[in-house]
Amino acid sequence: MFRGLTSIIYKEMFHIIRDPKTLFLMLLIPGMDMTIFGYAIDLEVSNIPTAVYNLDGRRDSREFEDMLQNSGFFTLKEFVHSDVALNEAIVRGRCSVAVKIPPDYTDQLVRGGSATVQVLLDGSDSTVAMQALQVVNAIALQKSLSIIAKSLDAPSKPPVEIRPRVLFNPDMKTPNFMIPGLVAVTMQQVTLMLTALAIVREKEAGTLEQLMVTPVSRLGLLLGKLIPYAVIGVLETAITLVIMVGLFQVPIAGSITLLALFSLSFLFTALGMGLLTSTLASNQIQAVQFAFIFILPSVLLSGFMFPLESMPTPIYWLGQALPATYYIRILRGIILRGAGFYDLLPQVIILTGMGIFLLGLAASRFHKTLD
Amino acid sequence: MSPVIAAEGLTRRFGSFTAVDDVSFSIDQGSIFGFLGPNGSGKSTVIRMLCGLLRPSRGSASVLGHDIEREVETVKRSIGYMSQQFSLYADLSVMENLNFYARIYAIPRREMRNRIEEVIDIVGIGAYRKRLARHLSGGWKQRLALACALVHRPRLLFLDEPTAGIDPVARRELWNLLFDLSGRGVTFFVTTHYMDEAERCSHIAYIHFSKLIVCGTPNELKTLPEVTPEATIRLEVRCRMLAAAMRHMNALPYVQDATIFGDSLHALVLAGHERQLVRDLDAADFGPAAAAEISPSLEDVFVTLTRNRDAR
Repeated sequence: MFRGLTSIIYKEMFHIIRDPKTLFLMLLIPGMDMTIFGYAIDLEVSNIPTAVYNLDGRRDSREFEDMLQNSGFFTLKEFVHSDVALNEAIVRGRCSVAVKIPPDYTDQLVRGGSATVQVLLDGSDSTVAMQALQVVNAIALQKSLSIIAKSLDAPSKPPVEIRPRVLFNPDMKTPNFMIPGLVAVTMQQVTLMLTALAIVREKEAGTLEQLMVTPVSRLGLLLGKLIPYAVIGVLETAITLVIMVGLFQVPIAGSITLLALFSLSFLFTALGMGLLTSTLASNQIQAVQFAFIFILPSVLLSGFMFPLESMPTPIYWLGQALPATYYIRILRGIILRGAGFYDLLPQVIILTGMGIFLLGLAASRFHKTLD
Repeated sequence: MSPVIAAEGLTRRFGSFTAVDDVSFSIDQGSIFGFLGPNGSGKSTVIRMLCGLLRPSRGSASVLGHDIEREVETVKRSIGYMSQQFSLYADLSVMENLNFYARIYAIPRREMRNRIEEVIDIVGIGAYRKRLARHLSGGWKQRLALACALVHRPRLLFLDEPTAGIDPVARRELWNLLFDLSGRGVTFFVTTHYMDEAERCSHIAYIHFSKLIVCGTPNELKTLPEVTPEATIRLEVRCRMLAAAMRHMNALPYVQDATIFGDSLHALVLAGHERQLVRDLDAADFGPAAAAEISPSLEDVFVTLTRNRDAR
């Protein structure tokens, strides 16, 4: 039943060794992705370049400037002296936030009136604008409360206070959130691409047909092509996990054995997608294009970068149909929350189901292409 | 002795297109069976059916005594196949390719070395053992492909246009190799476009628009009554200005067909008009003309048969 299996695996190893560029690229991808997503992409907003037009200039207004600066969100970069200059700082893109403190700021505070501070926000980056708005509101509120408290001679503590405690990722570090997801995305990408290309290459070269006239069994051929790339997929996952723990200091809270076990069910889906791609594509360029049909949604719609819950309903369901969605939940569960077997059972059952379905579908299509 | 291949009404349809239509023939052991026909006439489809790559839509065939549908795995073990395009692993060396095929055919480990050395010896590729297949020239690639197809000592070899795109010297050497192997009892099923290669085959079949037109030894085909119909003879005509002379001859009432063949013309004319033809050519200023009777070439055979069929 498995006739030819070992010979195919053995031969496949030569292909891998003889094409060090592809292998190198594939091993480079996780390193690159990790650097980009781990270091560069920081979903927390800080150091927003800010322009200030202070028409008051007295001590109280300076104090307000300091509060902005000390929040850590704003870097007061420009101090301008006209409305035009203030506007220009945003239009030219030098600053994302512009604050105009009115000339009567101190007077209003002393008089017990209301000082109006104008804030201009660059809405072209909505994430920055939203967060800046929240922070600047919070600063104004805090300032107002302290003034009211002083005037009432009341204790300076607010009556209701929120004491948040973030579980599992106490510092809310972006790498902790991103990297487990990245493990899923890279593993899928590498396994899918390598599998698809390895099979399409044989199709293109006519060697697949040549093999079919030999007594090699179909199952032997299929597994012989899949196993080497499954091994690379496992290696890739191990590498990303080591980088995650070693370099980014994201500890694995749960069981590593469980993580390895559950990763296998995702590996099946990735192999299935690779095989499916190879049956759809007739050359390597097509294979790469088809592969992106799987890869792009897995990056954007799986909850890897953006929360699924805030997506429109059809997109939400599309996200639910992606294997990566479930694997990312499993990874975050085990790595960050220390979740156990039973906590993640529903995810694993769905993922395994998807794996069986994809691999089965792809294998039957693969058999048909040989006919 | 039972035939090596026996095809009975072999038919293959792809959708509404019939690629191979009711083809029957049989091949005896040790023969070199040349399968001829224009591109797209169904040659490769026949090979692919006989190798078990495609299922026939209708009809049946047995290869080495085994049914190609029911006993396809048994068939695969004792045949070799060399496809049209070079289909070995370009990134593997000569030895690695040979090793791979030896393993795929499950040749016992202790025998493997001898077998590989044996085929290396047959095709003479010993000097290139370590070279990557992609760095071999066209002729050597074909020899390697042949070696890989021989490593399991097949009794029957299918070669799909084995000499397409290789130089004349390599072509001749490859044919010498085939004769050598044929002498050892290996049967060959070869497709080709080249008429001179067809002449070298012991048996020939001609397929045209999915249908088998004729099948037999080259001599049988050349003496077919349809090829040189009664009361006509084939002439080799020498004269000046061949192209103009050909047009002139085709307009003559007693000339049935005239074609340029190298530095002469081949013509099919009504018997008894040889002298008149020479006179007519001389009179039309193509002289001095000379005509001699010849037996038809295989090309003549196929052209005539195809025309007859199209006319019907």
